[in-house]
Parts: sequence; structure tokens; C-alpha cells
Amino acid sequence: MYPVIRGVSYILVHTPDMVLHNGTTQTLERETNPDSEYLKVIRNHLRSYDDAVSYPVNQTYIGNIDPEELANIERPWFNKKFKNANRYGKFGEIMPEDEFYGLMKVCDVFDLVKLEKSFNQELKIKFENNNYLKELSGRLGEGSEIDEINKLVENGVAEGLYLNDKLVGCVKRAHEFDTNLSSHVITENLAVKASGVLAALHIIEKANVKREEIDYIIECSEEACGDMNQRGGGNFAKAIGEIAGFKNATGCDVRGFCAGPAHALLYASTLIQSKVFKNVLVVAGGATAKLGMNGRDHVKKGMPIMEDVLGGFAILVSENDGINPVIRTDSVGKHSIGAGASPQAVIEAIVAAPLEKLNLKFTDVDKYAPEMQNPEVTEPAGAGDVPTQNYKMIAALAVKKGQLERSQINDFVKNHGYVGYAPTQGHVPSGVPILGFARDKMIKGEMNRVMLVGKGSLFLARMTNLFDGISYLIEKNSGTLEDKKEVVTKDEVKKMVAEALKDFASHLLDE
Amino acid sequence: MDLEIQQRVKDLTEKYGAENVVVLLGGSEAEAAGLSAETVTAGDPTYAGPLAGVSLGLRVYHILEEEIKNECDQAVYDEQCGMMEMVLDVEAISNEVRSIREMYSQYKD
Repeated sequence: MYPVIRGVSYILVHTPDMVLHNGTTQTLERETNPDSEYLKVIRNHLRSYDDAVSYPVNQTYIGNIDPEELANIERPWFNKKFKNANRYGKFGEIMPEDEFYGLMKVCDVFDLVKLEKSFNQELKIKFENNNYLKELSGRLGEGSEIDEINKLVENGVAEGLYLNDKLVGCVKRAHEFDTNLSSHVITENLAVKASGVLAALHIIEKANVKREEIDYIIECSEEACGDMNQRGGGNFAKAIGEIAGFKNATGCDVRGFCAGPAHALLYASTLIQSKVFKNVLVVAGGATAKLGMNGRDHVKKGMPIMEDVLGGFAILVSENDGINPVIRTDSVGKHSIGAGASPQAVIEAIVAAPLEKLNLKFTDVDKYAPEMQNPEVTEPAGAGDVPTQNYKMIAALAVKKGQLERSQINDFVKNHGYVGYAPTQGHVPSGVPILGFARDKMIKGEMNRVMLVGKGSLFLARMTNLFDGISYLIEKNSGTLEDKKEVVTKDEVKKMVAEALKDFASHLLDE
Repeated sequence: MDLEIQQRVKDLTEKYGAENVVVLLGGSEAEAAGLSAETVTAGDPTYAGPLAGVSLGLRVYHILEEEIKNECDQAVYDEQCGMMEMVLDVEAISNEVRSIREMYSQYKD
């Protein structure tokens, strides 16, 4: 039986000060060009928390705006405020930076995060009044004196944590010489862990699962935790599960650049289908390094810094319940090593091949979910509208296969794609943002089939020039629970008993 | 253009001579292709990389330009680039790269 997507959660964390202090574009600029014009004006381009919450694209990611509705809002979106904006959405939330520092503190089990006393006290009250965080408030401790924090930052022993430019805490290095345990790397990794924990805390409610039911966790972000002897040793998965209280789970990390989540979801599916586990959680935290990655271009075009949020998600894969959408593990398409690197070869391998396997046409898929980056982030940087480019490529291949007229390309893009609404956090846009809406629509009977397409730029690690891609279909549950081969009907049982009795009677007659 | 690629273009030009180098671009956007073309001709317009202030004046084309398409085996070109030809704005990309080439390349052939 195919495994199902039992629940999905999506979270964002608004981190404007981390854009300045932890995003690599900014840290590199400070190192190589400290007097640059960009650094002088960047603060004027940071959005307030309220602006980040009311940004229609962020509201779409957490489930308060349907992607079809977002497409109907005239661009630019960054100067529009969604009037029913809310911190919380049906899939998750947008957390403010102060609470996130608190979450980093409660995720730190090596006493590396120090928060200023009065700030810590404020956080305690906020945690106690927050349904998701109150269970963790006790872990905040009592806080530290600001003089101690100042000293640690000034001596280069710790990375500062700031709120509106004011130092409110720090993250200490975990080793004097090991660069993999430097304060910078520990900050980066604790941010992954904390945002992963937030997504995990939301999935308990969204998937209606008990914490002890989760057997296994796969973490699939893009950071590496380890020390100088094992740089990517891991394991974010278990570290996240520990804080979220998944006592019966173990797990490990899966990496594959932007395609990581698509691989991880496939692993989770096979663990369920093979009956090794009953509930596998795929989870990912966000990347501080990518904050403000295209900031220079946004500032140049008079826009706010659009990459001011960390992204995260959690997906619970479980045994077939006859209700939730199924992952068609028999439809996997993969960009194999020998497939060739041209865009055509890639789309052929990861979109056309799975369709041909199941004898489906390009138009039999309601929506394709390739990389779902927000175009408002990528276009000013010259990278174009990534999801639309992908839909056009899929449509163009359909034309080459004789399944579509060339004049129908634009209609195909509109009807079989969504506008991009994911933050450019590497692994986050990789197809998985569609799962929340697709699951809802499939349960309501409004959608039949989507194709999830994960793509990864492996060459960035300089180990191979190859590109990667993996894909599969997610379908509405047919509602049939048993495998046909295993099913024995009442009539069949009667027939078997009758045959046995007949056989027995014939033996008696023979005697 | 990626800083490391700028360095590679610079190194290869020093090794083989500017007259023997042709840069072939594959970017999907006219603006980005134009910036890359400018980098290998007039110099890095962002002043961030090794080609900042270095005018190599190389010959530069985009793979979708007519001149390059005519040099290729049509069957291979169709297999490798046919789909992207349908997807990208070939005219805008060609115009952008051609205008930069005509303005800054030291070879007018």
C-alpha cells in the first residue's frame, strides 16, 4: 500500500538583524568592503515584523492565502498588505526575531547561548502565553548580565544576537580552534535546529499525531553539523526530535542541495511502505547564510530586503488511512548520472519518464511543483521567475512530444502551475511547499494529482559538475485500504470451505 | 558573473590570448546574459570580481544566437537546445548580448 501525507506544517521566522549579522552577502561585504554604499543604506531597507507578516507571499506560505488568489493580486506584492494577515495560518506561523532567540536558547544544550536578563524575562512571559512554546519556557533559565555578553562579543569569543541593532544576547564558540564549532557555525546550526523544532511543534497539531507515535525523523536542510573531524557528521534530526519530545524516534540527516527534501520524502515513503516504521517525520530548518542573499539587487532597485525570513517545514508520512493523499512510489523519475545535463534531458528524465511509466499525459497532472521560489526575490537579481521557467520547460517538452500545441504553452503554465511563494532558502522551495494546499484540496476532492519535482545544483559543492533531480506523483486517496492480492472476500471464504468439505466427503466415500 | 568564473576567464585569456577565446553564454535572462557579456568585454560592472576594471574585449555570444545555432549540427542543437528555444525570449537575449558585443568587443568580425 502506498504511504500517505498525514500532515504538513510550514513556518517562517522574521530575522532582520540576522540579515545584517549572519547573511553571507552582508558578512562578506563587511569583510571585503566595509565602507560600501550597500552597508550604509541596508538598514533603511529592512522590513518591520508587521510588514513581513502582512506580505501576501508569506501569508500564502503559511496557508492564509491560496496560491490561486495570490496570482490574482497584482504585482509588485511587496508594497501590498494582506488585510486579514495573521501571525498564524492553517499550516504554521511567522515567528518574530525576539522569540526566535528564545527558541535558540531552549534548543541549546551546551550552554552556548546567553540572553540578557531582562530580555530573557520578557521572553519567559511570551513563552508562557504561547501554546506552542509554553512547554519550553522552563529551559530559558535566568539569563546573563549584559556586561558578560558584551565582553564575550568584544573578545571575539561569541557572535552577537541583536534586536534593532541592540545587543540582547550571544552565541559562544564551542571550541577555541575548531572552525566547525566557531560561534558563527554554532549560530547557523542552532538556527537550523530551532526553526526545525518550530516546524516539528506545529506538525503535532496539524497532523493530529501524538509525539510518541513518531518512529523516525529525517532532517533535510542544507547545513552541516559536526566538528573538525567530521564536518557533516550530523545529526539535526535527533537533536530536533529531542526538544520536540519525540521520545520513541531516532533519525538522521539527508542532504541533496535543493533536492534534499524530495529525496527525504521518498526515503520516508519507502520506510512506511516496507512497514519498517509507521510514522516518519521529514523536517527542515532554515538557513541564516541565505538571509539577504540578493540584498544588493533589492536595494539597487529600491525594494525592501526580501530575504528577511528563515523558512522551515515538517511533513508527516504515515501508513495508508484511506483518507490522506498517497505518494505514488511507483512513479519515481530520476535524473540519473548518465542522463545528460541539458535542460531538455533533465525535464525528460524527471517529468516525462514518470508520466510514461504510469501511461499518463502531461495534462493529467493538475499542478506541477518544481522549485517554488518567490519571483519577487529572484527577478531583480536577474534569475527570472523560476517556477514559471520550469512550467514553460515542461510545456515545451509536451509540445516536443506532440501532446500540446505551441500556442497552448502559456495556458499550460497558468493551468498547471502555481506562482512561486516560497522563501529562497535553498531546500525550502523544492516542490514541498505545494503539499499543504494539495493535501487539503485532495481531501476535499478538488484535486487529483500533483507532481513533486526536486532539483539540486550539486556543482556548488565542487565535487561534481552534475545536476540532480528526483520526482514523483502525489494522488488523491482512492479510499481502498487493502492490497488486492491480500484481500479474501466472504464469497471466496465460503467457496474455499465448500471445496474443503467436498474434498473431505470424497475421501470418506473412497474409504 | 560568479567571481570564480571571472578568474577562470581571466586565466584562460592570459594562457591562450584574447584573440583565441570565445565566451559562450547560457543564461536564461537577457539582463543577466548582458551583465555576463559586459564582464568579459568591458569589465565587471559590479566591481566585485577579478575582472573589475579589466577590459578583456573578448568575443562573446549566447548559445541561442543565430550565429552559434548555424555553427551547430541541427539535430544535436534541437536535442540540446530545442526545448529552451521555445521557453526563453531568444530575441531579447540576442539583442542584449549583440549590443554589448558590438559596443565592447575588440573583435568586430
